[in-house]
Amino acid sequence: MNPEHAPIIQMKNIEKHFGSVIALAGVSLEVFPGECHCLLGDNGAGKSTFIKTMSGVHQPTHGEIFFEGEPMSFADPRDAIAAGIATVHQHLAMIPLMSVSRNFFMGNEPVKKIGPFSFFDHENANRVTMEEMRKMGINLRGPDQAVGTLSGGERQTVAIARAVHFGAKVLILDEPTSALGVRQTANVLATIDKVRKQGIAVVFITHNVRHALAVGDRFTVLNRGQTLGTAQRGQITPDELQDMMAGGQELVALEGSLGGTV
Amino acid sequence: MANAAPPTAQTDERIKEISSFRKALIRPELGGIVGTIAVFTFFLLFAFDSGMFNSRGVLNWSVVSAQFMIIAVGACLLMIAGEFDLSVGSMIGFAGMMIAIFSVTLGWPVWMAILVTFAMSVSIGALNGWIVVRTGLPSFIVTLAFLFILRGFTIFLPQVIERKTIIGGVKDAAEGDWLAPIFGGKILQGLFTWLGEAGLIATFERGTRAGQPVVDGVPMLIVWAIVLIVFGHVLLTKTKFGNWIFASGGDAEAARNSGVPVNRVKVLMFMFTAFCATVFAVCQVMEFGSAGADRGLLKEFEAIIAVVIGGALLTGGYGSVLGAALGALIFGVVQQGLFFAGVESSLFRVFLGVILLGAVILNTYIRRIITGER
Ligand SMILES: Nc1ncnc2c1ncn2[C@@H]1O[C@H](COP(=O)(O)OP(=O)(O)OP(=O)(O)O)[C@@H](O)[C@H]1O
Ligand SMILES: [Mg+2]
Repeated sequence: MNPEHAPIIQMKNIEKHFGSVIALAGVSLEVFPGECHCLLGDNGAGKSTFIKTMSGVHQPTHGEIFFEGEPMSFADPRDAIAAGIATVHQHLAMIPLMSVSRNFFMGNEPVKKIGPFSFFDHENANRVTMEEMRKMGINLRGPDQAVGTLSGGERQTVAIARAVHFGAKVLILDEPTSALGVRQTANVLATIDKVRKQGIAVVFITHNVRHALAVGDRFTVLNRGQTLGTAQRGQITPDELQDMMAGGQELVALEGSLGGTV
Repeated sequence: MANAAPPTAQTDERIKEISSFRKALIRPELGGIVGTIAVFTFFLLFAFDSGMFNSRGVLNWSVVSAQFMIIAVGACLLMIAGEFDLSVGSMIGFAGMMIAIFSVTLGWPVWMAILVTFAMSVSIGALNGWIVVRTGLPSFIVTLAFLFILRGFTIFLPQVIERKTIIGGVKDAAEGDWLAPIFGGKILQGLFTWLGEAGLIATFERGTRAGQPVVDGVPMLIVWAIVLIVFGHVLLTKTKFGNWIFASGGDAEAARNSGVPVNRVKVLMFMFTAFCATVFAVCQVMEFGSAGADRGLLKEFEAIIAVVIGGALLTGGYGSVLGAALGALIFGVVQQGLFFAGVESSLFRVFLGVILLGAVILNTYIRRIITGER
């Protein structure tokens, strides 16, 4: 993280209410270009809701978003994507009946012009899709294979490859490694490291402390819709982080009976 | 567990070569192609001498099929985008009636009547779509409401204005109009005259038109059908917007999160469906020279059946315009073929029911293959 850089995205006191449910009760966060910001916390803490306000899926009930220093309100995900924010959602935005390459470019289709008309450039789309998937360590049968026939992890890899391809400025990953095998997980972590070095800001949600520590520069822990605080890499031990993620006490008792294996 | 094939392997040993039969099956048009072949084989064998395959017979079932095709293209794209329009039939009646009222009762020039009617219909289509995307109600219910609303007006207006349910005289009004022939005219008349003179197609033997061919050109209705099919097919498979149509119907939420303007896509498809219904209506009014309050009855279901026979999934996200066109062709050929073969016409409905059921079962099976569910 470069302190001389301005944050690319700044979330100030974000609140999100769903009817009577207060999912977020004032969360603030800054993400700098070139840093990997890990967002941690228990189930239901509000992590997904928070990144959805960042990616235009939800509009915050209260609070402000600044993107590259300017106040910004994304009316829908299309606006966020156009601004260079790509997201891998926890429930992958994939369409089983469509082919891998149609899914890959959904919403961002490459076009080629023939006269006054522009057409979907299938050749280009197929080639890029196969290339990007190979980079992630997955060999597809073909770019026209339907996403419905892929395994859960393969689908997740398509979603990640797509976000990496389109995340020009900010890449948001909501538990991207939850269904991945060892090799693909290593691949994803290496990819995060790579894009971060290219100056892209990464927001990485995970329940796995080892994954977080492997690539994270800063760690923000959410609990019941509020931040428990942000820690720098090196200022916090894995155990402290794990305790914070679990909201403190409970895990200590658990740990005894499990012999410290959690 | 994710795929564990070694990264160096270019072909994956864990993937069986899928048989070409199954590959062929994973095409939405398959049912339509098989059905078309079956239907033509059947009628060529059993009704060849009935006049169904001379020039007049071919024109007869071509026109009927083209009518189905025009509304099927709209219904197909809309169904793939994940919605239905049950108001298509009422829209046909309504649009036809508006043209007659504008041109005959109000005495507007026919081109203006046609253009204003198109604008009205497409706006009603947009309203349908807007209500659906705004309220999140099933389009089934919203358009069912419009089925009744539009039909009600179609019966009410001519009764109040002209005290009858059929308004005629459109043919006279359309005399010399520049836009009317685009819907009611014919093309390739020279070719057909030549074919008649060359003895290749039947000519009239007696009467004032002796020597002229029985079929003297291709009706614009058929041209419209072809244009709309080509347009729909290219739009769906070859453009960015086509990808959005598939995505919106496949999973609206996922599509939205990926940046597809789902609402816009759906509203536009409702407008396109209304446009197709209006093309049908204008062609019909120009052909008959009149508008009737009961025109277009049940057309929405016929359109949906053609689309389903053509391989589209009722749940959206999958289908083909070419398939829908073949579905419409099957529809038209069977309906007119049974007539030529002298079969009781009520049996056509039996056929419809059976083929609809068969098509839906086949489609569900194909869907399982694509998505890999068992
Ligand atoms: N659309 C919604 N309507 C109502 N409540 C919602 C909605 N989305 C989220 N919530 C609520 O907001 C809270 C936070 O949910 P969120 O999905 O953000 O948690 P999370 O931190 O991502 O959890 P997990 O680790 O399980 O993914 C939950 O209590 C959830 O029930
Ligand atoms: Mg979540």
